[in-house]
Amino acid sequence: MSGRGGTIAMRHEARAPVSRARRSSLDPRLATALLFLPPALMLFTLFVVLPIGEAAWYSGFNWNGFGKPTRWIGLDNYRFVFDSRGFGTAFKNNLLIIVVSLTIQLPLAMGLALILAERFRGAVALRMLFFLPYVLAEIATGLIFSFIYDGNYGLLTSIYRAFGAEAPHLLASTQTSMLAILIVVVWKYFGFHMMLFIAALQGMDRNLVEAARIDGASRWQVLRYVVIPLLYPTIKLSIFFAVVGSLQLFDLVMPLTRGGPADSSNTMVSFLYNHGVSRMRVGYGSAIGVILFAICVTFAFSYKRWFMRNE
Amino acid sequence: MSDALAPRRPLDLVPLWKALFLGLVALVVIVPLLATVLGGFKSLGELRTNPFGLPDTWEWQNYTGILFSRRYWQLLWNSLVIATMTVVLTLIVASMAAFVFAHIHFFGSSMLLSYLTMGLLFPAATAILPLFIKVRDLGLLDSYLGVALPQVAFSLAMSILLLRRFFKDLPHELLEAALVDGCSYIAFFRHVTLPLSRPILATVGTITFVHSWNSYLLPLVMLNSDSMYPWPLGIMIYQGEFSSEWHLILAFITLTILPTFLLFILAQKHIVAGLTAGAVKG
Repeated sequence: MSGRGGTIAMRHEARAPVSRARRSSLDPRLATALLFLPPALMLFTLFVVLPIGEAAWYSGFNWNGFGKPTRWIGLDNYRFVFDSRGFGTAFKNNLLIIVVSLTIQLPLAMGLALILAERFRGAVALRMLFFLPYVLAEIATGLIFSFIYDGNYGLLTSIYRAFGAEAPHLLASTQTSMLAILIVVVWKYFGFHMMLFIAALQGMDRNLVEAARIDGASRWQVLRYVVIPLLYPTIKLSIFFAVVGSLQLFDLVMPLTRGGPADSSNTMVSFLYNHGVSRMRVGYGSAIGVILFAICVTFAFSYKRWFMRNE
Repeated sequence: MSDALAPRRPLDLVPLWKALFLGLVALVVIVPLLATVLGGFKSLGELRTNPFGLPDTWEWQNYTGILFSRRYWQLLWNSLVIATMTVVLTLIVASMAAFVFAHIHFFGSSMLLSYLTMGLLFPAATAILPLFIKVRDLGLLDSYLGVALPQVAFSLAMSILLLRRFFKDLPHELLEAALVDGCSYIAFFRHVTLPLSRPILATVGTITFVHSWNSYLLPLVMLNSDSMYPWPLGIMIYQGEFSSEWHLILAFITLTILPTFLLFILAQKHIVAGLTAGAVKG
Protein backbone atom coordinates (compact mmCIF):
# COMPACT_ATOMS: atom_id res chain seq x y z
CA MET A 1 0.00 0.00 0.00
CA SER A 2 2.86 2.37 0.77
CA GLY A 3 4.12 2.01 -2.80
CA ARG A 4 0.74 3.09 -4.01
CA GLY A 5 0.79 6.19 -1.84
CA GLY A 6 4.19 6.99 -3.26
CA THR A 7 2.99 6.83 -6.83
CA ILE A 8 0.14 9.16 -6.12
CA ALA A 9 2.51 11.64 -4.51
CA MET A 10 4.68 11.43 -7.60
CA ARG A 11 1.78 12.31 -9.80
CA HIS A 12 1.25 15.53 -7.90
CA GLU A 13 4.90 16.50 -8.12
CA ALA A 14 5.33 15.72 -11.76
CA ARG A 15 8.35 17.98 -12.05
CA ALA A 16 10.40 16.36 -9.34
CA PRO A 17 10.27 12.64 -9.90
CA VAL A 18 13.73 12.29 -11.39
CA SER A 19 15.48 13.28 -8.21
CA ARG A 20 12.97 11.31 -6.22
CA ALA A 21 13.53 8.25 -8.35
CA ARG A 22 17.26 8.65 -8.01
CA ARG A 23 17.02 9.00 -4.31
CA SER A 24 15.05 5.80 -4.04
CA SER A 25 17.46 4.31 -6.60
CA LEU A 26 14.52 3.16 -8.68
CA ASP A 27 15.11 3.17 -12.41
CA PRO A 28 13.06 6.15 -13.69
CA ARG A 29 11.81 4.10 -16.61
CA LEU A 30 10.55 1.40 -14.32
CA ALA A 31 9.00 4.00 -12.02
CA THR A 32 7.13 5.53 -14.95
CA ALA A 33 5.89 2.14 -16.08
CA LEU A 34 4.77 1.31 -12.56
CA LEU A 35 2.85 4.55 -12.40
CA PHE A 36 1.38 4.65 -15.91
CA LEU A 37 0.41 1.06 -16.63
CA PRO A 38 -1.68 -0.05 -13.65
CA PRO A 39 -4.82 2.01 -14.39
CA ALA A 40 -5.17 0.49 -17.86
CA LEU A 41 -4.25 -3.00 -16.71
CA MET A 42 -6.61 -2.88 -13.75
CA LEU A 43 -9.60 -1.57 -15.70
CA PHE A 44 -9.01 -4.05 -18.49
CA THR A 45 -8.55 -6.99 -16.18
CA LEU A 46 -11.50 -6.11 -13.99
CA PHE A 47 -14.07 -5.41 -16.69
CA VAL A 48 -12.89 -7.42 -19.69
CA VAL A 49 -10.74 -10.38 -18.73
CA LEU A 50 -12.20 -11.44 -15.38
CA PRO A 51 -15.80 -11.47 -16.65
CA ILE A 52 -14.77 -13.86 -19.42
CA GLY A 53 -13.21 -16.19 -16.88
CA GLU A 54 -16.24 -15.85 -14.62
CA ALA A 55 -18.51 -16.62 -17.55
CA ALA A 56 -16.73 -19.96 -17.91
CA TRP A 57 -17.22 -20.62 -14.17
CA TYR A 58 -20.87 -19.49 -13.99
CA SER A 59 -21.74 -21.50 -17.07
CA GLY A 60 -21.49 -24.64 -14.92
CA PHE A 61 -24.31 -23.51 -12.65
CA ASN A 62 -28.04 -23.15 -12.73
CA TRP A 63 -28.14 -19.68 -11.22
CA ASN A 64 -30.48 -16.69 -11.28
CA GLY A 65 -27.80 -14.22 -10.18
CA PHE A 66 -28.88 -13.81 -6.55
CA GLY A 67 -26.79 -15.05 -3.67
CA LYS A 68 -23.99 -17.39 -4.56
CA PRO A 69 -24.07 -19.93 -7.37
CA THR A 70 -24.58 -23.32 -5.73
CA ARG A 71 -26.44 -25.58 -8.12
CA TRP A 72 -23.61 -27.07 -10.15
CA ILE A 73 -24.91 -28.77 -13.26
CA GLY A 74 -21.68 -29.34 -15.15
CA LEU A 75 -21.95 -28.95 -18.87
CA ASP A 76 -25.73 -29.10 -18.99
CA ASN A 77 -26.05 -25.42 -19.92
CA TYR A 78 -24.00 -26.04 -23.05
CA ARG A 79 -26.21 -28.99 -23.89
CA PHE A 80 -29.31 -26.79 -23.47
CA VAL A 81 -27.81 -24.17 -25.76
CA PHE A 82 -26.89 -26.63 -28.49
CA ASP A 83 -30.22 -28.41 -28.18
CA SER A 84 -32.31 -25.28 -28.58
CA ARG A 85 -33.57 -24.56 -32.07
CA GLY A 86 -33.30 -20.83 -31.44
CA PHE A 87 -29.55 -20.89 -31.04
CA GLY A 88 -29.11 -22.86 -34.24
CA THR A 89 -31.20 -20.29 -36.06
CA ALA A 90 -29.19 -17.47 -34.52
CA PHE A 91 -25.95 -19.10 -35.61
CA LYS A 92 -27.29 -19.53 -39.14
CA ASN A 93 -28.42 -15.91 -39.17
CA ASN A 94 -24.92 -14.79 -38.23
CA LEU A 95 -23.56 -16.85 -41.11
CA LEU A 96 -26.18 -15.36 -43.41
CA ILE A 97 -25.10 -11.85 -42.45
CA ILE A 98 -21.49 -12.79 -43.25
CA VAL A 99 -22.49 -14.26 -46.61
CA VAL A 100 -24.47 -11.16 -47.55
CA SER A 101 -21.64 -8.92 -46.40
CA LEU A 102 -19.23 -10.76 -48.66
CA THR A 103 -21.41 -11.20 -51.72
CA ILE A 104 -23.31 -7.92 -51.76
CA GLN A 105 -21.80 -5.39 -49.41
CA LEU A 106 -18.14 -5.94 -50.28
CA PRO A 107 -18.48 -5.64 -54.07
CA LEU A 108 -20.79 -2.65 -53.61
CA ALA A 109 -18.31 -0.93 -51.30
CA MET A 110 -15.39 -1.66 -53.60
CA GLY A 111 -17.25 -0.49 -56.69
CA LEU A 112 -18.20 2.78 -55.04
CA ALA A 113 -14.67 3.26 -53.74
CA LEU A 114 -13.21 2.77 -57.21
CA ILE A 115 -15.43 5.56 -58.48
CA LEU A 116 -15.16 7.88 -55.51
CA ALA A 117 -11.40 7.59 -55.00
CA GLU A 118 -11.03 9.74 -58.11
CA ARG A 119 -11.06 13.49 -57.75
CA PHE A 120 -14.13 15.15 -59.13
CA ARG A 121 -16.64 17.66 -57.93
CA GLY A 122 -18.95 16.14 -55.37
CA ALA A 123 -16.80 13.08 -54.71
CA VAL A 124 -16.02 14.10 -51.14
CA ALA A 125 -19.63 15.01 -50.43
CA LEU A 126 -20.79 11.63 -51.73
CA ARG A 127 -18.18 9.82 -49.65
CA MET A 128 -19.47 11.60 -46.55
CA LEU A 129 -23.07 10.87 -47.46
CA PHE A 130 -22.34 7.15 -47.86
CA PHE A 131 -20.40 7.09 -44.62
CA LEU A 132 -23.18 8.82 -42.68
CA PRO A 133 -25.28 5.69 -42.01
CA TYR A 134 -22.28 4.12 -40.30
CA VAL A 135 -22.07 7.01 -37.83
CA LEU A 136 -25.77 6.92 -36.92
CA ALA A 137 -26.69 4.89 -33.88
CA GLU A 138 -27.87 1.36 -34.60
CA ILE A 139 -30.95 2.02 -32.50
CA ALA A 140 -31.94 5.08 -34.54
CA THR A 141 -31.25 3.23 -37.80
CA GLY A 142 -33.33 0.29 -36.67
CA LEU A 143 -36.24 2.55 -35.73
CA ILE A 144 -36.07 4.43 -39.03
CA PHE A 145 -36.29 1.16 -40.90
CA SER A 146 -39.03 -0.22 -38.73
CA PHE A 147 -40.98 2.82 -39.92
CA ILE A 148 -40.04 2.10 -43.51
CA TYR A 149 -41.16 -1.51 -43.19
CA ASP A 150 -44.30 -0.63 -41.21
CA GLY A 151 -47.27 -2.32 -42.79
CA ASN A 152 -49.61 0.65 -42.32
CA TYR A 153 -47.46 3.74 -42.68
CA GLY A 154 -44.19 2.70 -44.17
CA LEU A 155 -42.51 3.74 -47.36
CA LEU A 156 -42.48 0.18 -48.57
CA THR A 157 -46.22 -0.05 -48.09
CA SER A 158 -46.85 3.04 -50.15
CA ILE A 159 -44.71 1.68 -52.95
CA TYR A 160 -46.73 -1.52 -52.94
CA ARG A 161 -49.96 0.48 -52.78
CA ALA A 162 -48.91 2.55 -55.76
CA PHE A 163 -48.89 -0.68 -57.75
CA GLY A 164 -52.18 -1.68 -56.21
CA ALA A 165 -50.69 -4.54 -54.22
CA GLU A 166 -51.04 -5.45 -50.58
CA ALA A 167 -47.79 -4.81 -48.72
CA PRO A 168 -46.17 -7.66 -46.83
CA HIS A 169 -45.43 -7.13 -43.15
CA LEU A 170 -41.76 -7.91 -43.57
CA LEU A 171 -40.89 -7.75 -39.90
CA ALA A 172 -43.86 -9.79 -38.72
CA SER A 173 -43.20 -12.94 -40.73
CA THR A 174 -40.68 -15.60 -39.83
CA GLN A 175 -39.97 -15.94 -43.56
CA THR A 176 -38.93 -12.35 -44.18
CA SER A 177 -37.79 -10.90 -40.85
CA MET A 178 -34.16 -11.80 -41.46
CA LEU A 179 -34.27 -10.44 -45.00
CA ALA A 180 -35.45 -7.12 -43.61
CA ILE A 181 -32.54 -7.04 -41.18
CA LEU A 182 -30.01 -7.95 -43.88
CA ILE A 183 -31.11 -5.00 -45.99
CA VAL A 184 -30.54 -2.64 -43.07
CA VAL A 185 -27.15 -4.20 -42.34
CA VAL A 186 -25.97 -3.49 -45.87
CA TRP A 187 -27.47 0.02 -45.79
CA LYS A 188 -25.71 0.85 -42.57
CA TYR A 189 -22.27 -0.68 -43.05
CA PHE A 190 -21.36 -0.44 -46.75
CA GLY A 191 -20.03 3.10 -46.25
CA PHE A 192 -17.51 1.95 -43.67
CA HIS A 193 -16.10 -0.68 -46.00
CA MET A 194 -16.12 1.83 -48.84
CA MET A 195 -13.96 4.17 -46.75
CA LEU A 196 -11.48 1.36 -46.11
CA PHE A 197 -11.15 0.83 -49.85
CA ILE A 198 -10.90 4.55 -50.59
CA ALA A 199 -8.09 4.90 -48.05
CA ALA A 200 -6.27 1.99 -49.69
CA LEU A 201 -6.80 3.32 -53.21
CA GLN A 202 -5.49 6.74 -52.27
CA GLY A 203 -2.36 5.19 -50.82
CA MET A 204 -1.82 3.21 -53.99
CA ASP A 205 1.00 3.93 -56.40
CA ARG A 206 -0.69 5.62 -59.39
CA ASN A 207 2.32 4.87 -61.59
CA LEU A 208 1.43 1.19 -61.73
CA VAL A 209 -1.97 2.00 -63.19
CA GLU A 210 -0.50 4.54 -65.60
CA ALA A 211 2.13 2.07 -66.74
CA ALA A 212 -0.44 -0.61 -67.39
CA ARG A 213 -2.57 1.85 -69.38
CA ILE A 214 0.42 2.88 -71.48
CA ASP A 215 1.20 -0.77 -72.15
CA GLY A 216 -2.25 -0.97 -73.69
CA ALA A 217 -4.20 -2.69 -70.96
CA SER A 218 -7.92 -2.11 -71.15
CA ARG A 219 -9.79 -0.51 -68.28
CA TRP A 220 -11.07 -3.92 -67.24
CA GLN A 221 -7.61 -5.49 -67.40
CA VAL A 222 -6.12 -2.73 -65.27
CA LEU A 223 -8.83 -3.33 -62.71
CA ARG A 224 -8.54 -7.09 -62.80
CA TYR A 225 -4.77 -7.50 -62.91
CA VAL A 226 -3.43 -4.36 -61.23
CA VAL A 227 -5.88 -2.63 -58.94
CA ILE A 228 -7.70 -5.55 -57.35
CA PRO A 229 -4.52 -7.51 -56.54
CA LEU A 230 -3.21 -4.37 -54.86
CA LEU A 231 -6.43 -4.25 -52.85
CA TYR A 232 -6.12 -7.81 -51.52
CA PRO A 233 -4.93 -6.72 -48.06
CA THR A 234 -7.91 -4.35 -47.80
CA ILE A 235 -10.29 -7.05 -49.00
CA LYS A 236 -9.01 -9.36 -46.28
CA LEU A 237 -9.44 -6.60 -43.75
CA SER A 238 -12.94 -5.83 -44.97
CA ILE A 239 -13.88 -9.51 -44.66
CA PHE A 240 -12.43 -9.57 -41.16
CA PHE A 241 -14.56 -6.62 -40.09
CA ALA A 242 -17.66 -8.04 -41.75
CA VAL A 243 -17.30 -11.25 -39.73
CA VAL A 244 -16.47 -9.52 -36.45
CA GLY A 245 -19.33 -7.08 -37.01
CA SER A 246 -21.75 -9.90 -37.67
CA LEU A 247 -20.67 -11.72 -34.51
CA GLN A 248 -21.49 -8.70 -32.36
CA LEU A 249 -24.63 -7.49 -34.12
CA PHE A 250 -27.30 -6.72 -31.55
CA ASP A 251 -28.38 -3.08 -31.40
CA LEU A 252 -29.81 -3.15 -34.89
CA VAL A 253 -31.91 -6.24 -34.25
CA MET A 254 -33.68 -4.92 -31.16
CA PRO A 255 -35.64 -2.01 -32.65
CA LEU A 256 -36.49 -3.99 -35.79
CA THR A 257 -37.66 -7.38 -34.55
CA ARG A 258 -36.21 -8.05 -31.09
CA GLY A 259 -35.10 -11.33 -32.63
CA GLY A 260 -38.62 -12.44 -33.43
CA PRO A 261 -41.05 -13.51 -34.55
CA ALA A 262 -40.49 -16.90 -32.92
CA ASP A 263 -36.72 -16.40 -32.68
CA SER A 264 -36.45 -16.26 -36.46
CA SER A 265 -34.22 -13.19 -36.66
CA ASN A 266 -31.95 -13.51 -33.65
CA THR A 267 -28.23 -13.08 -33.91
CA MET A 268 -26.17 -14.95 -31.34
CA VAL A 269 -25.87 -11.82 -29.20
CA SER A 270 -29.57 -11.02 -29.33
CA PHE A 271 -30.29 -14.66 -28.50
CA LEU A 272 -27.98 -14.29 -25.53
CA TYR A 273 -29.86 -11.18 -24.47
CA ASN A 274 -33.36 -12.56 -24.98
CA HIS A 275 -32.77 -15.94 -23.37
CA GLY A 276 -30.01 -15.21 -20.89
CA VAL A 277 -29.92 -11.59 -19.78
CA SER A 278 -33.56 -10.58 -19.82
CA ARG A 279 -34.53 -13.68 -17.81
CA MET A 280 -31.46 -13.50 -15.58
CA ARG A 281 -30.47 -17.05 -16.41
CA VAL A 282 -26.86 -16.38 -15.59
CA GLY A 283 -25.52 -19.88 -16.14
CA TYR A 284 -27.30 -20.38 -19.44
CA GLY A 285 -26.41 -16.90 -20.69
CA SER A 286 -22.79 -17.35 -19.66
CA ALA A 287 -22.62 -20.60 -21.60
CA ILE A 288 -23.80 -18.74 -24.72
CA GLY A 289 -21.20 -16.06 -23.98
CA VAL A 290 -18.44 -18.63 -23.71
CA ILE A 291 -19.47 -20.22 -27.00
CA LEU A 292 -19.51 -16.79 -28.66
CA PHE A 293 -16.12 -15.99 -27.16
CA ALA A 294 -14.68 -19.26 -28.45
CA ILE A 295 -16.03 -18.55 -31.93
CA CYS A 296 -14.63 -14.99 -31.95
CA VAL A 297 -11.19 -15.97 -30.72
CA THR A 298 -10.90 -19.03 -32.95
CA PHE A 299 -11.92 -16.97 -35.93
CA ALA A 300 -9.59 -14.07 -35.13
CA PHE A 301 -6.55 -16.27 -34.58
CA SER A 302 -7.05 -18.57 -37.53
CA TYR A 303 -7.88 -15.70 -39.84
CA LYS A 304 -4.79 -13.80 -38.77
CA ARG A 305 -2.65 -16.89 -39.13
CA TRP A 306 -3.95 -17.97 -42.52
CA PHE A 307 -4.76 -14.77 -44.31
CA MET A 308 -3.02 -11.86 -42.67
CA ARG A 309 0.32 -13.39 -41.86
CA ASN A 310 2.27 -10.55 -43.37
CA GLU A 311 0.37 -7.64 -41.83
CA MET B 1 -20.11 20.26 -82.26
CA SER B 2 -16.38 20.02 -81.87
CA ASP B 3 -16.32 17.05 -84.19
CA ALA B 4 -14.32 19.03 -86.68
CA LEU B 5 -11.49 19.37 -84.19
CA ALA B 6 -11.32 16.01 -82.48
CA PRO B 7 -11.27 12.68 -84.23
CA ARG B 8 -14.58 11.02 -83.56
CA ARG B 9 -14.41 8.40 -80.82
CA PRO B 10 -17.10 5.94 -79.86
CA LEU B 11 -19.29 7.58 -77.25
CA ASP B 12 -17.96 6.66 -73.81
CA LEU B 13 -20.88 5.39 -71.76
CA VAL B 14 -18.88 4.52 -68.65
CA PRO B 15 -19.19 7.93 -66.93
CA LEU B 16 -22.93 7.81 -67.46
CA TRP B 17 -23.20 4.39 -65.83
CA LYS B 18 -21.06 5.57 -62.96
CA ALA B 19 -23.24 8.63 -62.43
CA LEU B 20 -26.39 6.52 -62.53
CA PHE B 21 -24.92 4.06 -60.03
CA LEU B 22 -23.84 6.83 -57.65
CA GLY B 23 -27.21 8.54 -57.97
CA LEU B 24 -29.07 5.35 -57.19
CA VAL B 25 -27.01 4.60 -54.09
CA ALA B 26 -27.28 8.21 -52.94
CA LEU B 27 -31.05 7.96 -53.29
CA VAL B 28 -31.18 4.77 -51.25
CA VAL B 29 -29.17 6.45 -48.49
CA ILE B 30 -31.03 9.76 -48.51
CA VAL B 31 -34.65 8.70 -48.86
CA PRO B 32 -34.97 6.92 -45.47
CA LEU B 33 -33.24 9.80 -43.70
CA LEU B 34 -35.26 12.47 -45.45
CA ALA B 35 -38.48 10.58 -44.89
CA THR B 36 -37.66 10.50 -41.19
CA VAL B 37 -36.99 14.23 -40.92
CA LEU B 38 -40.03 15.18 -43.02
CA GLY B 39 -42.23 12.57 -41.36
CA GLY B 40 -41.73 14.43 -38.11
CA PHE B 41 -43.45 17.43 -39.69
CA LYS B 42 -46.55 15.55 -40.77
CA SER B 43 -49.74 14.59 -39.06
CA LEU B 44 -50.37 10.92 -38.59
CA GLY B 45 -53.07 10.92 -41.23
CA GLU B 46 -50.84 12.56 -43.78
CA LEU B 47 -48.00 10.20 -43.00
CA ARG B 48 -50.26 7.35 -44.03
CA THR B 49 -51.19 8.81 -47.39
CA ASN B 50 -47.96 10.62 -48.15
CA PRO B 51 -44.91 9.08 -46.49
CA PHE B 52 -42.44 10.32 -49.16
CA GLY B 53 -43.18 13.88 -50.11
CA LEU B 54 -43.07 17.27 -48.47
CA PRO B 55 -45.77 17.78 -45.86
CA ASP B 56 -48.88 19.72 -46.93
CA THR B 57 -48.98 21.51 -43.63
CA TRP B 58 -45.83 21.68 -41.56
CA GLU B 59 -46.73 20.44 -38.09
CA TRP B 60 -44.08 22.19 -36.04
CA GLN B 61 -45.66 21.15 -32.76
CA ASN B 62 -44.39 17.59 -33.19
CA TYR B 63 -40.89 18.94 -32.85
CA THR B 64 -41.51 21.77 -30.41
CA GLY B 65 -43.46 19.46 -28.12
CA ILE B 66 -40.38 17.28 -27.77
CA LEU B 67 -37.94 20.17 -27.63
CA PHE B 68 -39.81 21.71 -24.71
CA SER B 69 -40.13 18.45 -22.83
CA ARG B 70 -37.92 17.70 -19.87
CA ARG B 71 -37.58 14.14 -21.06
CA TYR B 72 -35.68 14.90 -24.26
CA TRP B 73 -33.09 17.04 -22.51
CA GLN B 74 -32.74 14.55 -19.67
CA LEU B 75 -31.91 11.79 -22.16
CA LEU B 76 -29.37 13.92 -23.99
CA TRP B 77 -27.85 15.01 -20.70
CA ASN B 78 -27.46 11.42 -19.50
CA SER B 79 -25.84 10.41 -22.77
CA LEU B 80 -23.57 13.43 -22.64
CA VAL B 81 -22.42 12.71 -19.08
CA ILE B 82 -21.72 9.05 -19.79
CA ALA B 83 -19.92 9.81 -23.06
CA THR B 84 -17.84 12.60 -21.52
CA MET B 85 -16.80 10.43 -18.60
CA THR B 86 -15.89 7.65 -21.00
CA VAL B 87 -13.87 9.92 -23.27
CA VAL B 88 -11.95 11.67 -20.47
CA LEU B 89 -11.09 8.45 -18.66
CA THR B 90 -10.17 6.66 -21.88
CA LEU B 91 -7.86 9.46 -22.98
CA ILE B 92 -6.07 9.66 -19.63
CA VAL B 93 -5.70 5.94 -19.01
CA ALA B 94 -4.93 4.97 -22.60
CA SER B 95 -2.41 7.72 -23.27
CA MET B 96 -0.50 6.88 -20.10
CA ALA B 97 -0.30 3.22 -21.06
CA ALA B 98 0.49 4.04 -24.69
CA PHE B 99 3.32 6.30 -23.59
CA VAL B 100 4.97 3.44 -21.72
CA PHE B 101 4.51 1.03 -24.62
CA ALA B 102 5.94 3.59 -27.04
CA HIS B 103 9.04 4.63 -25.12
CA ILE B 104 9.89 2.21 -22.36
CA HIS B 105 10.93 -1.33 -23.04
CA PHE B 106 11.17 -3.69 -20.14
CA PHE B 107 10.87 -7.38 -19.66
CA GLY B 108 7.34 -8.41 -20.58
CA SER B 109 6.24 -5.07 -22.04
CA SER B 110 5.30 -6.55 -25.39
CA MET B 111 3.45 -9.33 -23.60
CA LEU B 112 1.44 -6.76 -21.66
CA LEU B 113 0.61 -4.96 -24.88
CA SER B 114 -0.68 -8.16 -26.47
CA TYR B 115 -2.65 -8.79 -23.31
CA LEU B 116 -4.39 -5.43 -23.64
CA THR B 117 -5.03 -5.77 -27.35
CA MET B 118 -6.84 -9.03 -26.71
CA GLY B 119 -9.78 -6.72 -26.10
CA LEU B 120 -10.13 -6.32 -29.85
CA LEU B 121 -10.94 -9.95 -30.35
CA PHE B 122 -14.35 -10.29 -28.78
CA PRO B 123 -17.40 -8.10 -28.19
CA ALA B 124 -18.49 -6.82 -24.77
CA ALA B 125 -21.62 -8.93 -25.10
CA THR B 126 -19.82 -12.23 -24.55
CA ALA B 127 -19.40 -11.68 -20.83
CA ILE B 128 -22.30 -9.31 -20.27
CA LEU B 129 -23.85 -11.34 -17.44
CA PRO B 130 -20.69 -11.69 -15.30
CA LEU B 131 -20.01 -8.03 -16.09
CA PHE B 132 -23.45 -7.16 -14.76
CA ILE B 133 -22.80 -9.12 -11.59
CA LYS B 134 -19.40 -7.48 -11.19
CA VAL B 135 -20.82 -3.98 -11.57
CA ARG B 136 -23.62 -4.89 -9.15
CA ASP B 137 -21.15 -6.20 -6.56
CA LEU B 138 -19.13 -3.00 -6.89
CA GLY B 139 -22.30 -1.07 -6.08
CA LEU B 140 -22.18 0.77 -9.42
CA LEU B 141 -25.46 -0.50 -10.81
CA ASP B 142 -27.75 2.29 -12.00
CA SER B 143 -24.95 4.86 -11.96
CA TYR B 144 -23.21 6.68 -14.80
CA LEU B 145 -19.90 5.19 -13.73
CA GLY B 146 -21.28 1.66 -13.98
CA VAL B 147 -21.73 2.24 -17.72
CA ALA B 148 -18.67 4.40 -18.29
CA LEU B 149 -16.04 2.19 -16.64
CA PRO B 150 -16.77 -0.95 -18.72
CA GLN B 151 -16.93 1.25 -21.82
CA VAL B 152 -13.49 2.63 -21.01
CA ALA B 153 -12.16 -0.88 -20.44
CA PHE B 154 -13.44 -2.01 -23.82
CA SER B 155 -12.19 1.04 -25.70
CA LEU B 156 -8.67 0.76 -24.24
CA ALA B 157 -7.28 -1.75 -26.71
CA MET B 158 -7.97 0.29 -29.83
CA SER B 159 -7.12 3.61 -28.17
CA ILE B 160 -3.77 2.37 -26.90
CA LEU B 161 -2.82 1.02 -30.32
CA LEU B 162 -3.67 4.29 -32.05
CA LEU B 163 -1.94 6.46 -29.48
CA ARG B 164 1.15 4.28 -29.27
CA ARG B 165 1.68 4.45 -33.01
CA PHE B 166 1.44 8.23 -32.93
CA PHE B 167 3.72 8.58 -29.88
CA LYS B 168 6.31 6.36 -31.54
CA ASP B 169 6.28 8.52 -34.66
CA LEU B 170 7.12 11.68 -32.74
CA PRO B 171 10.80 12.57 -33.26
CA HIS B 172 12.82 10.41 -30.91
CA GLU B 173 15.49 13.09 -30.48
CA LEU B 174 13.01 15.08 -28.44
CA LEU B 175 12.88 12.47 -25.71
CA GLU B 176 16.63 11.92 -25.72
CA ALA B 177 17.36 15.63 -25.47
CA ALA B 178 14.84 16.07 -22.70
CA LEU B 179 16.23 13.15 -20.72
CA VAL B 180 19.76 14.49 -21.05
CA ASP B 181 18.52 17.84 -19.75
CA GLY B 182 17.21 16.09 -16.67
CA CYS B 183 13.56 16.08 -17.63
CA SER B 184 11.65 13.14 -16.24
CA TYR B 185 9.55 10.77 -18.33
CA ILE B 186 6.45 12.02 -16.61
CA ALA B 187 7.22 15.68 -17.23
CA PHE B 188 8.05 14.84 -20.84
CA PHE B 189 4.74 13.04 -21.21
CA ARG B 190 2.80 15.91 -19.76
CA HIS B 191 4.62 18.84 -21.35
CA VAL B 192 5.81 17.46 -24.69
CA THR B 193 3.99 14.30 -25.76
CA LEU B 194 0.46 15.33 -24.91
CA PRO B 195 0.58 18.84 -26.45
CA LEU B 196 2.13 17.42 -29.64
CA SER B 197 -0.49 14.68 -29.83
CA ARG B 198 -3.60 16.83 -30.03
CA PRO B 199 -4.66 15.47 -33.44
CA ILE B 200 -4.60 11.82 -32.36
CA LEU B 201 -6.17 12.66 -29.01
CA ALA B 202 -8.97 14.41 -30.88
CA THR B 203 -9.38 11.39 -33.15
CA VAL B 204 -9.44 8.85 -30.33
CA GLY B 205 -11.71 11.10 -28.31
CA THR B 206 -14.15 11.47 -31.18
CA ILE B 207 -14.46 7.76 -31.91
CA THR B 208 -14.79 6.93 -28.24
CA PHE B 209 -17.46 9.59 -27.94
CA VAL B 210 -19.44 8.32 -30.93
CA HIS B 211 -19.29 4.73 -29.67
CA SER B 212 -20.41 5.70 -26.20
CA TRP B 213 -23.10 8.08 -27.47
CA ASN B 214 -24.59 5.32 -29.63
CA SER B 215 -24.15 2.41 -27.26
CA TYR B 216 -27.18 0.44 -26.20
CA LEU B 217 -26.35 -2.93 -24.65
CA LEU B 218 -24.26 -1.77 -21.69
CA PRO B 219 -26.67 0.93 -20.49
CA LEU B 220 -29.57 -1.44 -21.10
CA VAL B 221 -28.07 -3.96 -18.72
CA MET B 222 -26.52 -1.60 -16.15
CA LEU B 223 -29.23 1.03 -15.70
CA ASN B 224 -32.73 0.50 -14.43
CA SER B 225 -34.22 3.87 -13.61
CA ASP B 226 -35.68 6.06 -16.35
CA SER B 227 -33.95 9.15 -15.04
CA MET B 228 -30.53 7.64 -15.83
CA TYR B 229 -31.28 6.39 -19.34
CA PRO B 230 -29.20 7.63 -22.25
CA TRP B 231 -31.08 8.44 -25.43
CA PRO B 232 -30.91 5.06 -27.24
CA LEU B 233 -32.71 3.50 -24.27
CA GLY B 234 -35.07 6.43 -23.92
CA ILE B 235 -36.08 6.35 -27.55
CA MET B 236 -36.88 2.65 -27.39
CA ILE B 237 -39.16 3.33 -24.42
CA TYR B 238 -40.69 6.29 -26.25
CA GLN B 239 -41.39 4.05 -29.21
CA GLY B 240 -42.99 1.51 -26.90
CA GLU B 241 -45.30 4.18 -25.46
CA PHE B 242 -46.30 5.80 -28.75
CA SER B 243 -46.21 2.54 -30.64
CA SER B 244 -47.99 3.63 -33.80
CA GLU B 245 -47.83 7.39 -33.57
CA TRP B 246 -45.06 7.39 -36.07
CA HIS B 247 -45.07 11.15 -36.64
CA LEU B 248 -43.98 11.70 -33.02
CA ILE B 249 -41.47 8.87 -33.08
CA LEU B 250 -39.93 10.19 -36.30
CA ALA B 251 -39.62 13.67 -34.83
CA PHE B 252 -38.01 12.17 -31.77
CA ILE B 253 -35.56 10.14 -33.86
CA THR B 254 -34.65 13.23 -35.86
CA LEU B 255 -33.96 15.26 -32.75
CA THR B 256 -31.84 12.54 -31.18
CA ILE B 257 -29.68 11.91 -34.24
CA LEU B 258 -29.27 15.63 -34.78
CA PRO B 259 -26.34 15.92 -32.31
CA THR B 260 -24.57 12.98 -33.99
CA PHE B 261 -25.16 14.57 -37.34
CA LEU B 262 -23.75 17.93 -36.22
CA LEU B 263 -20.74 16.27 -34.64
CA PHE B 264 -20.17 14.33 -37.85
CA ILE B 265 -20.21 17.52 -39.91
CA LEU B 266 -17.88 19.31 -37.50
CA ALA B 267 -15.43 16.49 -36.86
CA GLN B 268 -15.77 14.41 -40.01
CA LYS B 269 -12.02 14.42 -40.54
CA HIS B 270 -11.40 12.90 -37.12
CA ILE B 271 -14.29 10.48 -37.35
CA VAL B 272 -13.35 9.08 -40.73
CA ALA B 273 -9.65 8.98 -39.91
CA GLY B 274 -10.24 7.37 -36.56
CA LEU B 275 -12.81 4.83 -37.59
CA THR B 276 -10.96 3.67 -40.68
CA ALA B 277 -7.31 4.18 -39.73
CA GLY B 278 -8.04 2.67 -36.36
CA ALA B 279 -9.60 -0.22 -38.13
CA VAL B 280 -6.70 -0.65 -40.52
CA LYS B 281 -4.21 -1.02 -37.73
CA GLY B 282 -6.55 -3.09 -35.60
